[in-house]
Amino acid sequence: MNEIDIKFLEDSFKKYYFNHFDLISSPGRTSEREFGYQKFNSSFFNRHISLKDDKELHLLFMQNIPSDVYCSNAYYAFPNSPMNEKDWKEADLIFDIDAKDLNLSCRKNHTVSICNQCNEISKNTNQCVKCNSTKLEKKSLPCKTCIEASKIEVLKLSNVLTDDLGINKEDIHIYFSGNEGFHVYVYNSQFQQLGSKERSELVDYIMFHGAIPETFGMKKFKPNRSSFPDFDQKGWNGRFSKQVFGSKSKRSKIISELLSNGYSSFQKTLDDVSEQIGVKIDPNVTMDIHRIFRLPGSINSKSGLTKSLCTDVIKFEPYTDACFLNDDSVEVLANCPVEFKLKNKKFGPYKNQKISIPTYAAAYLICKKLATIA
Amino acid sequence: MLVLGQDEKAKYPFLADAGEYLKDKGFSLVQFGSDPVLKLSVEKALHRIKVAAAGEVYKSDIDKDGQASKDYVLEREVFSFLLAIVLIKLTGMSTLIKRFALAEARRAENYLEKDLGNASNKSKIDLATRIIYDLFNIEIIKENDFFVIPVSDYLKHSVTFHEREWKLINRHVENGKVFLTPDKTVRLIRKELGNYISSKIINAPKPSMIPGLENIVNELILISKKLTPTYTITTGEYPPCIKHAIDILEKGENLPHSGRFMLATFLLSRGQTVQQIAPLFKNAPDYNPRVTLYQLNHLAGTSGSSTKYACPSCEKLKTQDLCFITKECDNIINPSQFGKKRK
Repeated sequence: MNEIDIKFLEDSFKKYYFNHFDLISSPGRTSEREFGYQKFNSSFFNRHISLKDDKELHLLFMQNIPSDVYCSNAYYAFPNSPMNEKDWKEADLIFDIDAKDLNLSCRKNHTVSICNQCNEISKNTNQCVKCNSTKLEKKSLPCKTCIEASKIEVLKLSNVLTDDLGINKEDIHIYFSGNEGFHVYVYNSQFQQLGSKERSELVDYIMFHGAIPETFGMKKFKPNRSSFPDFDQKGWNGRFSKQVFGSKSKRSKIISELLSNGYSSFQKTLDDVSEQIGVKIDPNVTMDIHRIFRLPGSINSKSGLTKSLCTDVIKFEPYTDACFLNDDSVEVLANCPVEFKLKNKKFGPYKNQKISIPTYAAAYLICKKLATIA
Repeated sequence: MLVLGQDEKAKYPFLADAGEYLKDKGFSLVQFGSDPVLKLSVEKALHRIKVAAAGEVYKSDIDKDGQASKDYVLEREVFSFLLAIVLIKLTGMSTLIKRFALAEARRAENYLEKDLGNASNKSKIDLATRIIYDLFNIEIIKENDFFVIPVSDYLKHSVTFHEREWKLINRHVENGKVFLTPDKTVRLIRKELGNYISSKIINAPKPSMIPGLENIVNELILISKKLTPTYTITTGEYPPCIKHAIDILEKGENLPHSGRFMLATFLLSRGQTVQQIAPLFKNAPDYNPRVTLYQLNHLAGTSGSSTKYACPSCEKLKTQDLCFITKECDNIINPSQFGKKRK
């Protein structure tokens, strides 16, 4: 990124931060958490920072004008010590739902590639159309379908968290990640002190991974119909019934089919069902008990959008509700082969065009390396 | 502290205070080496260890409810347990501690299960749940025919099990609780019970040799030496997950961070050097030689915290979609065991 683009982004981010301290706060027990940040065009990651309170946090923003700010889900006795001396106490449970993991068919329509060798931008994501190189950086400009599909996963997750795992609704906070998905935080749960291995088991539960036929009524020897799950059952048994039987009237007929197809075929059914009813979370994120996460209220430098709390995830419109940069017009040279929408306004496609667009849209394109200040 | 009756001590002898028990009964250890009547208890102790060493569970003279026709039978049950510990201490063989603790845990498990499942006798259920709470700090509540425990407690214990049946997804989970039958409840704490018993043995003071027991101790040492397994590598072949990861990299496709971690830690465990491993990553779309070397050195423990990272378990790799199991995997639980056979 060139100096002028960086200056533009830094100025825009700074303005946002200065005016929105109300949105930026650590997720509680500030002094026990580890903070980190990155600056534009620097690969150096400033980590192992400890802060006393939100005031110090705001100072960090003003002094450094970071491109990205992070905060740990873990609580430590010594957050600013090296990793193995921090003295881990516990960690909030966090889930990452990302549109890119949902295998949506719309992705190819709004993913562009930037060639690492010759900087050519195109919609061909396999190889560079100009120099044939396969070393491509992919950028996605997620569409409404991506966001809606992610929201469905968030709702599935909330349902498992409250019904199965007994978590209070008030302890679940949902954030738009600032780019292509959602982060779901769980506070004050019985899982705070679980290590990575145990969290990985929890992940398998939520994703519906590793189910065996016996759990859903199919025995290896002498199977019988009475052990199959029913609609009114709690947890995965009930969800399985709804998915596999569809309606109460079909239940009996489908059980007969399952029985005649046999045990190994039932295992196959479970694997297919897992794809449909399992919640699509990123397992690595939840398993990591030392990770630092984008700070709520901070801007995601991949998009210029804010990581925002969603009080009502169904109604939340990220490309309006998380778009906080100003409307001042800026002239940019844009090369973006796909169309996108911000604050209910359509932009693009642009083919090496000099255009005047609002700051928020310019920042979005520059963050995605699809435009530079003219 | 739990107050136990004689029958309960016979069922759960590890709860009894060894020194106090002998003193109460008016015996000293030395007497067991010479007194012909007490020697019966020594023989029973020897039998108890031999059965455990063979991977079996010792069959008591008491019945499933912990009852016996004569009081001295109950007494001998406790003596033989305490003496077995003395004998194992005298051999100094850790293999015997492990086997004995596991077998005794499984024996106690039978009684705990029986006590928990005893719907008609509330005091038995209370005792069993008290033991589990006192020893392992797990609160179990009876709900109809099931015992419910918090999901987090369940996970802390079940993560060490490799059978798929123990995965949380294969349990009835509701409102933050796991529902278990008495046998599963008890099975869940087998390892801890074993650990509890072995820590009791390890922490017990080592007695000096008791005259008259030398031959028995020597016999046990011989048994123990035969048990120590040796491992040998029979093939240098890589497991399917590692082959898959190498394939992906060779094709120039993106291998996720977790896959790179697995590959590097596996090859390090097979004795390859950082310099030998680094070139594997040169086809990765985001290859940076400096970063690769830094990360490999970090994993090898030659830089940073000097922690050497181990290859993740098969279970973890399954969760990360990195497992491509074949029948050659042969029930291993970590890729680094692939192709190794027990002699």
